[in-house]
Amino acid sequence: MKILGFIAVIITGILLLQAERDFPDWGDPASPANNYRLSQHYITQTFTETTVPNMVTAVLADYRGYDTMFETVVIFTAGIAIIGILRVFGSSSQLEHKEPTLTAKKPDLIVDTTCRLLIPIIQLFALYVVAHGHHSPGGGFQGGVIFGASFILLALARNLQTAQKWLPESRVLTLAGAGIFIYAGFGVAALVLGGDFLDYGILTKLLPGGVEDARSHSMLGVEIGVAFTVTAIMFSIYSNLASNGKMKEGI
Amino acid sequence: MIWIFDIIILVFLVVTALISLQVKDLLSAAMIFGVYSFLMCLLWSGMGAVDVAFTEAAVGAGVSAVFLISTVLRTKRRSSD
Amino acid sequence: MEFLETISTKFNYWIYIIIMMIGLYAMISKNNLVKKLIGMSIFQTAIILFYVSIGYKENATIPILYHDQVHGAQHEEAGDQNELSNAVEEAAKEIHVAADEQAEHGLEASHVDHPSSLEINPDHFANPLPHVLMLTAIVVGVATLGVGLAITQKLYGEFGSIEESEILEQIKSAK
Repeated sequence: MKILGFIAVIITGILLLQAERDFPDWGDPASPANNYRLSQHYITQTFTETTVPNMVTAVLADYRGYDTMFETVVIFTAGIAIIGILRVFGSSSQLEHKEPTLTAKKPDLIVDTTCRLLIPIIQLFALYVVAHGHHSPGGGFQGGVIFGASFILLALARNLQTAQKWLPESRVLTLAGAGIFIYAGFGVAALVLGGDFLDYGILTKLLPGGVEDARSHSMLGVEIGVAFTVTAIMFSIYSNLASNGKMKEGI
Repeated sequence: MIWIFDIIILVFLVVTALISLQVKDLLSAAMIFGVYSFLMCLLWSGMGAVDVAFTEAAVGAGVSAVFLISTVLRTKRRSSD
Repeated sequence: MEFLETISTKFNYWIYIIIMMIGLYAMISKNNLVKKLIGMSIFQTAIILFYVSIGYKENATIPILYHDQVHGAQHEEAGDQNELSNAVEEAAKEIHVAADEQAEHGLEASHVDHPSSLEINPDHFANPLPHVLMLTAIVVGVATLGVGLAITQKLYGEFGSIEESEILEQIKSAK
């Protein structure tokens, strides 16, 4: 089996190395991917069309908004799938085979104090990353992951119950659904006002400013929706994996 | 001069990928996979893909390492290969 | 010598192929399920490295307009808040920043001359399209990794092992 796998991998590698000759040179501005007029349009026109300096955020949330919406749905589906696979309801003693060895009875003083200081800063930074994604690297995905990581840090430093006081399971699922609801809500609002689905320009009837500002503000709203879903699902995946689906005791 | 750093990172990338797959202790494998992700993040930020590098630093080096570790602690730590 | 030149212009592609082979080999022939999942993640990052390498341009900066390029535009927008959208568009167009000149004269140049239109040379910014595609791929990747780990834990609860060969043996003997 190992030999066969090795041969298959070597053959794949040789074929790829043969094909690699036809690739454009590394960093060539005139290569087909960089010369294609769609990406040139994104680079030159993004600021005049949406007043957002960060092209990646603009393309992610506006030009390719349909794509991003269903990526968020994929994350939501993965979280639901993990709950379906692992979650065990009720407390029957025969299901518990092994308790983890690393469970600390009392939180260590240094770890506890450090987390007490760090978690608010991490959460503040996560909010900054979501809100400032138009002007600097960041956005809903990164901010959501960082916000979820702050709850994971709380669960690691104390225990799972402490973190679940802030994010109980029902609230996690509500947040995850609310994120996609916000995202789709912007699309439906555009639809109701007579535009296309997720065409934010038409939302200028509801939001202050011109067409460009409406697109910029809608992007922020959409990013907040993404951040809700990603935060909730990251914490949900962690709490299911760490407690083996029982939601009693973490690692 | 900057290409020397690039090559150092790329070599370390291959080395960490090999180690994390060869080491028998799965907890070490998860930690070294975090190192691999962080090196990848450095490489991408050098290429100008700051958003991708930011995501990888938060997701690859942070959250996925935690997921791996929690699974390893919930199952077995030793691996046969 | 020709061979060395080929390597030096394309070494990123070489490394991506090597990492991809490592990940593929781990997915095929490793016995441990967690090792297989680590191999899958390495495979994913190799593909992402390939896409990001395609978007790279020599001597290009990150795909974010820097402060001096948009600062003047925002300043003028603040002046005529009541104007409608086409006025804002005109204000944005009135700002001209030639990235060439900035590279030569430093940062003061954009403050001194108030140019007439926002001209951006696409060759000075990295290609944002591969970045967008890969950004979502990373987050979806960690979600799929979570699903894989959940299945691993379920299998451990069922069979008491995370080695593929032992699980297959138990399934065979149960038949």
